[in-house]
Amino acid sequence: MSEAQGDVVLKCEGLHRYLGEAEGRVHVLRGVSFTARRGNVYAIVGPSGCGKSTLLYQLGLLDQPDGGEIWLDGELMSNSSDAARTAARNRHLGFVFQFHFLMLEFTALENVMMPMRKAERWSVPEMESRARKLLESVGLGDKTHRLGNHLSGGEQQRVAVARAMANEPSVILADEPTGNLDQKNSSMVFDLLTRLAKDHDQAIVLVTHNPDIADRCDLIRPMRDGQFIEQAPPSAETAE
Amino acid sequence: MSLSCIVLGVGLFVITQATTSGFEKFFIRTILGTNGAVRIADKMQDTMGNMFANPEASSMVFRREERKYIEGIDEPDLLIKALQPFANVAAVSQVVTGTVTAESSFKEETAKIYGINLDDHIAVSDLEHQIIRGDIATYRVSPLGIMIGRVLADRLRVDPGDSIALKTREQNRRYTIVAIYETGVADIDKDRIYTHLSEARSLLKKTTGASFLQVGLIEPNRAPADAFLMEETLNHSATSWQEREKTWLEVFRALRISSAITVSVFTLIAGLAMFNTLAMIVMEKTKDIAILRSMGYTRDDVLQIFLWQAVIVLCIGSILGCILGASGTYLVSTVPVRITGIFATETFIVASSWGHYVGAVVTAVCTVMLASIVPARRAARLEPGDVIRGTAL
Repeated sequence: MSEAQGDVVLKCEGLHRYLGEAEGRVHVLRGVSFTARRGNVYAIVGPSGCGKSTLLYQLGLLDQPDGGEIWLDGELMSNSSDAARTAARNRHLGFVFQFHFLMLEFTALENVMMPMRKAERWSVPEMESRARKLLESVGLGDKTHRLGNHLSGGEQQRVAVARAMANEPSVILADEPTGNLDQKNSSMVFDLLTRLAKDHDQAIVLVTHNPDIADRCDLIRPMRDGQFIEQAPPSAETAE
Repeated sequence: MSLSCIVLGVGLFVITQATTSGFEKFFIRTILGTNGAVRIADKMQDTMGNMFANPEASSMVFRREERKYIEGIDEPDLLIKALQPFANVAAVSQVVTGTVTAESSFKEETAKIYGINLDDHIAVSDLEHQIIRGDIATYRVSPLGIMIGRVLADRLRVDPGDSIALKTREQNRRYTIVAIYETGVADIDKDRIYTHLSEARSLLKKTTGASFLQVGLIEPNRAPADAFLMEETLNHSATSWQEREKTWLEVFRALRISSAITVSVFTLIAGLAMFNTLAMIVMEKTKDIAILRSMGYTRDDVLQIFLWQAVIVLCIGSILGCILGASGTYLVSTVPVRITGIFATETFIVASSWGHYVGAVVTAVCTVMLASIVPARRAARLEPGDVIRGTAL
């Protein structure tokens, strides 16, 4: 597995994060540095509680670090205001979570349109058209008007992938995107995610426990005790 | 839950306001229709007035310490003329009163005769519309015709066409009952007998003067100010209907406060229900809030979502509440209830007003929006990372 090529879109240096209070306070991230380039798929792997998801939320600007710096598309975001981080999430980032987190009272189409509505880059008919295309690209062109709770788990996760792509983000952050799916659906969702990201020259950073998924990524970054450890061969690293 | 509480709050607000103000307005109408807006009676004589300097205010202060009244009005025509410059005065009726004994074939009752000029008195009262038996037109053409109250007629067991004797210490005259009226005010209906003014003067041997002047006003609510002016300029006691009926008006005021408290409780419950509902929704929707925030929706967007939710519930609740209030008010107005004493009615009296609906909706808006702010702000303050971490791990 060679070093990734392409422009840097997301970078962090010396990230620190503590969680909990008083005696329960844990140093979850201990000076983590990470770089993501366009067109590459990164897998962050490691045992539960090692800080993978915390790192992902830091990179996704969902949480503020206690130390260190984060750059997104060349802009320093770690010390920025809530409003700036919120705007950056809408413009540059797409999220896929383990529990898909669709708005179940809305249709698949409406779910995909939600980030676009906030971005206000397209008219409503354009948003609808884009949402339809995205849903077709994840194989749900015939279920655009199904309510979220009328879709299977795999279908919901595919809608979540389409939603993550909606605003043409630079980076897609996925936290165990296949963790809640069976083998077949896991493979399908991963293939979709990587194909769409490669097509659009986006970087994908995913946290996974699935060794098969990790093996298919461009780069694996193993973590332990809040730090990246030396990269081991994919099979040995993901076998934990 | 919150919707039904808002509906009930708004609906009950409208109904209670309509019923409370209905009885109050009806009472005021009855009072104005019987005793008029202002009554000018006894002549006033200053027995002692003093004037002293107020050192603190550096001004002259007049104080009337005591007033002496001479019963009745000596020159009613002059007073009526003096009332003409009062812009708010609509009409004036001079009345001569006196106590008599009314004797029918069955019974004797003490009564008060009111000598009036019919047209003048109709202009300052609702007498024309208070006739329940007989005919006021007959009274007009019958010099010895009288009109008596329903309670007195029942006690004497007389009907229009019957005759009764009215006795004073010196005279005993027979009159024909041409009409029976009912004001609803028991004190009036049980002892008041209307006769022609000239006949009353003759029977009571009051050839000049009047017992009082009954004044009708264009705007009865201005009666206290007008009465004060009349008293000062005419040198006769002048009493407004608000002063005369102070006790009953206080009762109605207490009722209004009581109903306002009841309504406030409902509105408070509506507010608490709204707070509870939104707080529950915020708890249930933390995941959705986090997702919206991760997509780039701001804290203000989240705040607005919850406030809009409150606004939608509020709008639906207010509309349904107004419909409930209107239909409830109508239903209440059909409830049979026989009330006499201070006024007479066969059904519940209601007075619908746009003001009640506006008041109900404004109260609901204030309560619900206040109750919604806290949970909506709590939703907006949620950190997406905390929510997702808590759910995902």
